[in-house]
Amino acid sequence: MAKPKLKEHRIERDWCKGCGVCVHFCPKKVLEMDESEKAVAVRPEDCIACKLCEYRCPDLAIEVITES
Amino acid sequence: MSENIKFIQGNEACVEAALYGGLDFYAGYPITPSTEIAEHMAVRLPQIGGKFIQMEDEIASIAAIIGASLTGHKVMTATSGPGFSLMQEGLGYAVMAEIPCVIVNVQRGGPSTGLPTNVGQGDVMQAQWGSHGDYSIVAITASNNQDVFNMTVHAFNIAETYRTPVILLFDEVIGHMRERVDIPEKGEINLVERLKTQIKTGVDFHPYLPREDGRLPMSDFGGVHRYNVTGLAHDMWGFPTNDPQIVHGLLRHLVDKINNNVQEITRYKEYCMDDAELVLVSYGSTARSALHVVNNRRKRGERLGLLELQTLWPFPYSLVKEKCAKASYIGVVELNMGQVVQLVRNAVDKPERVFLINRIDGVFISPTDIRNTLRVIQGKGM
Amino acid sequence: MAVRDYIRDRFFPHMWCPGCGHGIVLNNMLRAIETLELSKNDIVMVSGIGCSSRISGYVDFHTLHTIHGRALAFATGVKMSRPELTLIVPMGDGDALAIGGNHFIHAARRNIDMTAIIMNNRIYGMTGGQYSPLSGYGARASTAPYMNIDQDFDVVQLSKAAGATFVARSTTYHVQQMTDIIRQAISHKGFSVVEILSQCPTYFGRQNKLGTAVDMMTRYKDTTTPIGSKAKKQNPDLIERGIFVQKEMPEYCTEYEKVIERAGGGA
Repeated sequence: MAKPKLKEHRIERDWCKGCGVCVHFCPKKVLEMDESEKAVAVRPEDCIACKLCEYRCPDLAIEVITES
Repeated sequence: MSENIKFIQGNEACVEAALYGGLDFYAGYPITPSTEIAEHMAVRLPQIGGKFIQMEDEIASIAAIIGASLTGHKVMTATSGPGFSLMQEGLGYAVMAEIPCVIVNVQRGGPSTGLPTNVGQGDVMQAQWGSHGDYSIVAITASNNQDVFNMTVHAFNIAETYRTPVILLFDEVIGHMRERVDIPEKGEINLVERLKTQIKTGVDFHPYLPREDGRLPMSDFGGVHRYNVTGLAHDMWGFPTNDPQIVHGLLRHLVDKINNNVQEITRYKEYCMDDAELVLVSYGSTARSALHVVNNRRKRGERLGLLELQTLWPFPYSLVKEKCAKASYIGVVELNMGQVVQLVRNAVDKPERVFLINRIDGVFISPTDIRNTLRVIQGKGM
Repeated sequence: MAVRDYIRDRFFPHMWCPGCGHGIVLNNMLRAIETLELSKNDIVMVSGIGCSSRISGYVDFHTLHTIHGRALAFATGVKMSRPELTLIVPMGDGDALAIGGNHFIHAARRNIDMTAIIMNNRIYGMTGGQYSPLSGYGARASTAPYMNIDQDFDVVQLSKAAGATFVARSTTYHVQQMTDIIRQAISHKGFSVVEILSQCPTYFGRQNKLGTAVDMMTRYKDTTTPIGSKAKKQNPDLIERGIFVQKEMPEYCTEYEKVIERAGGGA
């Protein structure tokens, strides 16, 4: 099976409470918190689409969209 | 005239009536003097494809019937004093979430474990005020086993009509006494079925938006409408809210749907009331002794009458006021320290003319007991 | 996101605190349900009272938010009256095992087909951080200011002894395992218990100086191990994760169908 390739990180900013779980556990350090304490994908090119940020988000605020 | 005549206990009459009324789910926990209801249900329900479950306690029993009611079934549980106390939180939930269900309390002597095998009528106030917060409840009773049958069917009809828990407030004497019961043919007593929404799909179903007539059509769990049921104050979709206007409307609705329909809900019987100077007011098993006294004294020319209440809550104040208007004295016969007597005093124009005729020792009140108190009331000495 | 098909998104952002593990449980429970391809109309979620119990309001199933501790008893009524429905009962540790402990062991004993998910955050969060039956000896809580002296339950042992036929444990760190376990628990015919260690950074974390949600999840990673691992043998204090029990036993509703047959009430 071919590795899924990232299309985009869809982040629901209104839902994000800024806990930092996604940022900390990202194996490639793709995400960071911005000045309003919301998660943003600052290095999407490094994303391996493992989706752990999506799965671990307590706010259901992240969706990792991959090219099918 | 039915061919189906039985000689059965009140508890069994209650079971047969519940089945007649459409019950097909029962959950309960054994407790004297209501246990025969569970035992008969365990036999009878699977015979008709219904479900019986003995839960781990009364809290679980009322919870289980509420769950089963939500899938569209007519449901019941039965208990006595201590179990009824345990059910109070669940009862309040059924009021708040507007879940049709019937709760039988075969009253025994209290408080606490009290007198498990003796009769009492001390739970009248608890029936209305036992759970926390403001609400109105329907509580119904009966004085003989044929009436146990009729009132049990009535209870199911009221539960479905108003989406409310209904309490059948029987007592140990009624529960255990054997009498002839004439089981009516199908169709002889009208049955109210669950009012279900006509809305097929989509978002327009509001489980908590009353129609103009105050009734709320339901949708079964497992059906096409996925909605929320909660004991929290909620909006018309069933979702929690603190909005003062919505909360106010909800509380008013819960109380008004019962209190505005007192006449429809009320059942009573009257004996020799037309010219009665001395009116006895009673309910449940004690009404039997009261009736005996009335019949006996009538033979001697004394103008006694009996008003037998079958609906205790919502209390039929207007009815009592009207029926007692011409009475010089009113004696309330009950097996407690004076519960319905207070309500009767509130109902009539001259509360000072209302007297309590009671026993509180677990012994059934006899016609002689009543007669003795009447002599005192009438100034004739002991 | 597919998970979005299963939520009532008008109620988001949800009411849980930042970093609360319960959101992660919701997230992965929905993924598990998605993989099972169940119809939303066939799922009933029943919950009690507490932070965890608010989960039912967020999902687009038939949802029954009941009273404290009694969710399994309500669920028993739903399931027995409509056995074809899938029952999921998320509970907090206090809800399930303190006030609801009796219902928990009896639902397990009957082996009635439903999935109990115990979101174990070791604290009463909704009321502000009192000790729960899973806080454990030595924990701090607002009602244990001088250290908790209550021993905790082992949910797995308790469930086993009570007769649950599927018993598993995971954590909010181990999301893939959690999803897989919940999926298997829902598929299992019988009473399933899934304990999920779920962080409460606001109360348990703060009172016990455990740091942030990230710190608490990292601790789940460091202090747990797969069942029967070599690490467990070297360090018996590690908490095991995985499926402890998965066995076939007569299921309650199926057995009751036989009762109906014996009584002559079969259609």
